[in-house]
Amino acid sequence: MTEQIEQHSYDVVVIGAGGAGLRAAIEARLQGKRTAIISKSLFGKAHTVMAEGGCAASMGNANPNDNWQVHFRDTMRGGKFLNNWRMAELHAREAPDRVWELETYGALFDRTAEGKISQRNFGGHTYPRLAHVGDRTGLELIRTLQQKVVSLQQEDFAETGDYESRIRVFAECTITELFTTSEGPGERGAISGCFGYFRDDGRFVRFDAPSIVLATGGVGKSYSVTSNSWEYTGDGHALALRAGATLINMEFLQFHPTGMVWPPSVKGILVTESVRGDGGVLRNSDGERFMFSYVPDVFRDQYATSEEEGDRWYTDPDNNRRPPELLPRDEVARAINSEVKAGRGSPHGGVFLDVSTRLKAEEILKRLPSMHHQFKELADVDITAEPMEVGPTCHYVMGGVEVDPDSAMSSVPGLFAAGEVAGGMHGSNRLGGNSLSDLLVFGRRAGLHAAQHADRGRPAVTESDVQDAVERALLPFSTATDGGENPFMVQQELQKTMHELVGIIRKEDEMEMALKKLEDIATRTRTVSVEGHRTFNPGWHLALDLRNMLLVSLCVGKAALERQESRGGHTRDDYPVMDSDWRHQLLVCSALGEDDIELTRKDQIAMRADLFDLFEMDELKKYYTGEELGGHRTELAE
Amino acid sequence: MSTTTDTSGRTGAGRATIAARTLRTDRWWLPPLATFVAFVAWVAYATVRAFMQEYYFVSEYGYLTPFYSPCVSVGCVEGSSHFGTFLPDVWWLPYAAVSLPFLLLFRLTCYYYRKAYYRAFWLSPPACAVAEPHARYTGETRFPLILQNAHRYFFYLAAIVTLVNTYDAVLAFAKPGGGFGLGLGNIILVANVVLLWGYTASCHSCRSAVGGRLNHFSRHPVRYKMWTFVSKLNTRHSQYAWATLASLAITDFYVMAVSAGWISDLRIVG
Amino acid sequence: MTSTQNGTHLQHFKVWRGDDTKGELVDYAVEVNEGEVVLDIIHRLQATEANDLAVRWNCKAGKCGSCSAEINGRPRLLCMTRMNTFAENEVVTVTPLRTFPVIRDLVTDVSFNYTKAREIPSFTPPEGVEPGEYRMQQVDVERSQEFRKCIECYLCQNTCHVVRDHEENKQEFAGPRYLMRMAELDMHPLDAHGNRAVESQEEHGLGFCNITKCCTEVCPEHIKITDNALIPMKERAVDRKYDPLVWLGNKIFRRPGS
Repeated sequence: MTEQIEQHSYDVVVIGAGGAGLRAAIEARLQGKRTAIISKSLFGKAHTVMAEGGCAASMGNANPNDNWQVHFRDTMRGGKFLNNWRMAELHAREAPDRVWELETYGALFDRTAEGKISQRNFGGHTYPRLAHVGDRTGLELIRTLQQKVVSLQQEDFAETGDYESRIRVFAECTITELFTTSEGPGERGAISGCFGYFRDDGRFVRFDAPSIVLATGGVGKSYSVTSNSWEYTGDGHALALRAGATLINMEFLQFHPTGMVWPPSVKGILVTESVRGDGGVLRNSDGERFMFSYVPDVFRDQYATSEEEGDRWYTDPDNNRRPPELLPRDEVARAINSEVKAGRGSPHGGVFLDVSTRLKAEEILKRLPSMHHQFKELADVDITAEPMEVGPTCHYVMGGVEVDPDSAMSSVPGLFAAGEVAGGMHGSNRLGGNSLSDLLVFGRRAGLHAAQHADRGRPAVTESDVQDAVERALLPFSTATDGGENPFMVQQELQKTMHELVGIIRKEDEMEMALKKLEDIATRTRTVSVEGHRTFNPGWHLALDLRNMLLVSLCVGKAALERQESRGGHTRDDYPVMDSDWRHQLLVCSALGEDDIELTRKDQIAMRADLFDLFEMDELKKYYTGEELGGHRTELAE
Repeated sequence: MSTTTDTSGRTGAGRATIAARTLRTDRWWLPPLATFVAFVAWVAYATVRAFMQEYYFVSEYGYLTPFYSPCVSVGCVEGSSHFGTFLPDVWWLPYAAVSLPFLLLFRLTCYYYRKAYYRAFWLSPPACAVAEPHARYTGETRFPLILQNAHRYFFYLAAIVTLVNTYDAVLAFAKPGGGFGLGLGNIILVANVVLLWGYTASCHSCRSAVGGRLNHFSRHPVRYKMWTFVSKLNTRHSQYAWATLASLAITDFYVMAVSAGWISDLRIVG
Repeated sequence: MTSTQNGTHLQHFKVWRGDDTKGELVDYAVEVNEGEVVLDIIHRLQATEANDLAVRWNCKAGKCGSCSAEINGRPRLLCMTRMNTFAENEVVTVTPLRTFPVIRDLVTDVSFNYTKAREIPSFTPPEGVEPGEYRMQQVDVERSQEFRKCIECYLCQNTCHVVRDHEENKQEFAGPRYLMRMAELDMHPLDAHGNRAVESQEEHGLGFCNITKCCTEVCPEHIKITDNALIPMKERAVDRKYDPLVWLGNKIFRRPGS
């Protein structure tokens, strides 16, 4: 094969141009390293723009009692103590500096009366903690980082006459393979480069680099209803696996209870929680406010038992209990799921969320302007006059590449991961607002350590690996796949399988069926065939993304089947309660060839004593086994 | 595709080869055409009236048309000039020659009118996403169009003229023979002046001058309030532009009609 | 076209297919369901009769600005154009952005915009203010915040006749999006650059703008680009260059950083 391959050499290559990737690249460049940013879409279009609420950082602007310890505790509670505690600690300690730094790049957050960064309340956070800009905080973050990259390029231009001499963006470029050196005795293969193609003309490109940062985001596109964009095909997860790294916590996916289900064009897009907070009620097709039948025993005392009481709560929260629409996300998602399964769903497979019968039109416009706008513009639905149709949507994957908390390096030397693609930080469930701060804290750390790692020499790329990568990338065009399927059909099948069988509520037999189906899909994925040529060919792009989606889905399916408890973003119908014996168990995935994975169990490292002491023993008892708590006491005694 | 061929060679290298000048399917040509017709009609009317040197003052009620304000020609009829008479009475010099050119320039350099006539007269562009028929375009980067930057000076002058118009309108409540008078003419004069203030105060240069140039509103609360107020008016600048064209023509026509005796003023008081 | 039950009908689409050498409008009869937008129809074509139809898209919620194209001759986001805005028997023509070189089908090479972005001097941090010490009032950041809503869909850059109809102006003209960026930074309460308005006029082509407001008309974020960014910048340039009164005022009543 005589394929022309464009070749580049960098110190640090960052795959992904969302918040984490850009922050990593900025850091690597600030460390003086020649840095490449590879973006699957155009520069500045990353999925980070979809984040609305804000960026959690205990700056204490709204409440001076806030500090990193409180933030740490909130994060651990949110993750049901399955979090990598060191990551949670670093995250809580460093988030304020990362936010303040953005202001020096030109970010304009909303302000307090004293002119400081304003902070807002959010579920699970003890104090108002989210730095925000209206409901477009993610856009502000991306734009700020994008503009910082440009400003660094301008500095380089002033110095060298070339904007791209030290930091360059390769837009619309998809990486399909990571290269590692072969494994020596007792030594893991180290990163030597990566391979991919430009979406616009299909030409191949290879990057030789000793450090690679994965910042590719999540895996939501493996589900048919998701708030994630097409890019979220788990590329980084799969690249890491194939390079020999491991994934953890893949069974934990966050489903948001209220995504739009209608019209099809916006299926999955989030409907903010504030709609319910401001009086929106959920009804089934019989017009019944069904949430009253779904209040679990542990919450009985805190939630209203009648509609009248629930209604009174909005105006008099001190003397009434809150309506059950405001139960935690997983409870609401489960209830909606059950109603739809029982045949009481709305015409398009959701339930009704109605705020129009409860608030006056002008009040809705005042309190929920962006939601009104979203439904008006996208769905032609006037929420001041008619109900919305909503249902659960796949939102965020807590699982990801297993990394060293301080350096963000995976088990493969030279391979780093930050943001949604990294695992551990959020445990079994992520708090709102913690993802933007996660991007900044660990993006910077990954960039810093990738830069340092680049000083340790440059392993050479094995030429035969490049040939293999070319062949694999061209497989969908080759005669070997003649008569193969249309990749769009296989993708739909995969999404349907995951959505229906490894969705919000999981059952052993369903997941076994899913794994069986995935085996079949694996065969079909290998043989999908595409027509046309390589210039901006979406069919071809999908054919290559599909194998990533498949590998990731296998991880989710196998880990979910293995974990026999319910915790955070993993709910088992057959094991409905949280089990302390599972808390310290991590499920680790590693690749077995191109389309199979191996699952092993690993013990979570015990929390450092000073962090442990930040919690009351009564609280810890809910999560830890007696043995673990006993062990801790001994530790203290020593 | 049945559309005209683009022969101007404007499309750059590598652009999609689409021959049609525009693929818009709506009646995009209607707004510029309407603007063109309205402007031509108005300018024709105003020109005739400015040089007519007749029927501009109703001496009985003190109505002076804004087209002759301030009336400073020695030819001005008695009672119509409030600021002295010093211009020679020749046919080619409008009686209000000290104000009309500046009012014209104020509107000619106005950010809204510029949009309207660049579209309707220059076809640059005739409508959004419709190719313009010019081979070259330099916009307001050079003479003469760079003079559009002088808009604020005409704004200052126009504000003075609007003061004069206001004075005229107030004065018209006092009947020349003494005593208070109120007729339909007064209401029209006042309405016209109110609209003129709306148009003048909503000017973009005014918005910049009262506060837009500041970077720290928080240190200038009064100017911030003024800026906020002008900004609100400014969103309706184009409506004021059209409304004042209409009100000027109506006011002038009413004064002319009463003055010429075609109609009599509807009196309410006096 | 044929109407069936369940609000489904066939619609006549004309989609531009081609590359930088040649291309044409290709006719398709496509199924349209209730509640869909133009991007859904393009995706349906992709999944059925035109697997290799190129289109750029991302969030599908009007927040990322990737799916810019022209629909019936008007620059629009494909994901924000609902099918129920067309009559069932109306022909819907979808073409790529006209101002930029086409790569394939509906995908254009928008690198012009990234080149221009780089030419705009970045935020200049104030000297001696440490991270965490930035103090700004809400009223002072609001104007720039409006401009920061920009999703960089480049519809304004595409519709602006200065470059749409005159390729040769691309050298000298930054376009509405980047003149607005200059305005955003000039109005930033802590930007220390100090001479952005004059630079906008002298180096980034502000004078090319003849305020015909097409940029404002197409903005999917409803940013008042012309009234709030371009005209104020023109006025600020006049302050600096042509206004002796302002110059005198500044000499007499000098106030730091006003």
